[in-house]
Amino acid sequence: MELGEVVVEARGIEKYFGSNHVLRGVDLDVRQHETVMLIGRSGSGKTTMLRCLNFLEEPSVGTVRIGDISATADPLHARSRKHREELRNLRLQAGMVFQDFNLFPHMTVLENCIEAPTRVKGVPKAEAIATAEKYLTKVKLIEKRDEHPARLSGGQKQRVAIARALCMEPKVLMFDEPTSALDPELVGEVLTVMTELAHEGSTMIVVSHEMQFCREAADRVVFMEGGVVVEQGPPDQVLTHPQEEATKHFLRRFLTPDQSAVITAMAEG
Amino acid sequence: MAVMQQGIQPSIVDEIARAQAASRRDFLLKFSLTWVVIIAGIALAIWSTGNADPAFTVKWGPLILGGAGITVFICITSIIGATVLAVLGALGRLSLNPFINGAASLYVSLVRGTPLIVQIYFIFFALPQMGIVLDPIIAGIFALAFNYGAYMTEVFRAGIQAVPRGQREAAQALGMPERLIMRRIVLPQATRIVVPAIGNDFVSMIKDSSLVSVVSLQELLWRANSVGRSNQQLIQALLIAALVYWALTIIFSFFQARLEKRLAKGDR
Repeated sequence: MELGEVVVEARGIEKYFGSNHVLRGVDLDVRQHETVMLIGRSGSGKTTMLRCLNFLEEPSVGTVRIGDISATADPLHARSRKHREELRNLRLQAGMVFQDFNLFPHMTVLENCIEAPTRVKGVPKAEAIATAEKYLTKVKLIEKRDEHPARLSGGQKQRVAIARALCMEPKVLMFDEPTSALDPELVGEVLTVMTELAHEGSTMIVVSHEMQFCREAADRVVFMEGGVVVEQGPPDQVLTHPQEEATKHFLRRFLTPDQSAVITAMAEG
Repeated sequence: MAVMQQGIQPSIVDEIARAQAASRRDFLLKFSLTWVVIIAGIALAIWSTGNADPAFTVKWGPLILGGAGITVFICITSIIGATVLAVLGALGRLSLNPFINGAASLYVSLVRGTPLIVQIYFIFFALPQMGIVLDPIIAGIFALAFNYGAYMTEVFRAGIQAVPRGQREAAQALGMPERLIMRRIVLPQATRIVVPAIGNDFVSMIKDSSLVSVVSLQELLWRANSVGRSNQQLIQALLIAALVYWALTIIFSFFQARLEKRLAKGDR
């Protein structure tokens, strides 16, 4: 799909955990309908970067704009009412899907999906339910609408989490290792939903090493190492013809055999 | 499976089951026997010292028993008050506002650091010197709620902290403001975590409520004490009271166990 205007714009993101300099000035632009994958080894800063985009982690320095809302890191006044309200508005622009789902266990699937639309955005309940049913149908879980999360498999939970994020109609969907907590046989159903979303033009930022998804759905791969973006570009370029030594090293050494096989297949066309 | 069962002789399987059942029956029998013997021994001891007087039980038993109703009423009212205080206290103890946090922490420290009986005396006997005179039943409920509220504050605080961090993050990511997150996401889950502890506190409150007899609140122990003294039958009167407390705790422990089972099922 034709890419649109820049929806997510992050500038000069730096993050310290204590004296540990985890992000060292990262810029990231994501355009409408674009699917961007953040890859890199554990500790490279990719998850921290994603969490800084909606300020679940307050950056030490930097500015993020999502849609029309911007927020600038202000760690010294992180608790001030004004800043918190600013961040809340920013977060409303982005949907987030977590590694371990984080569904609300005391609510049914449907209640999980309508909680924020009705109570945060003030959407009338009937309308919120209609929206939720639409997205639950999309992730093929409409028949589970009245179940509690504990009755679902991991793959089903993650699909509900995606539906819950979609119900807020965000400008961008962010995925933090969405398949890492899943049994291997459940990964496919989640990736199928994500691939569909990407093909339908959702704007997505995905931290993951699912190379199959990368191949089928990603418009751009961003490789991070040591808290900076080392290399980025279209998947077939970055994955099959990496320019930087660090990227080559990562692709050789830090992928599972399955993931490497996908890249080999890509290289062979 | 079928092949395996054919492999072992079915008679052995049955025999083992029978032996296990017999062993369970045997245990239960000896267990019950122990209770009967000890209780009978106590009863006999009282009888042999000439302190048994069935007429007294028949005459005054119902009056003492009536105190149980007041005891239960005080406890239910107090546990509700204590729960409200505990939620507020826990939110205070977790607050980043130094004034609120300071006040909540002082409440917990002060109340947990002083005996309940002193608090009861203070509320009922000392406050009148400051011109505050409370009805015994109000004073009793105040004291119990105030005291248990402090202990339960720590229970609720731990419960709130036991709710996984990811729950809060998911709600934040959905743009929920902090109060809403607390009310809709964290507290409901924390409450489930602390229900067993509240149940325990309720059972100990049934017993601690006897302390409010000192403010002449005519609950179970007060009645037993006054009837026993005036008839010089303290042994029997106090025994009746003790048995009623015992029965109450058994009844509520039973309900507590059922509630916990239901909540566990609710966790699905």
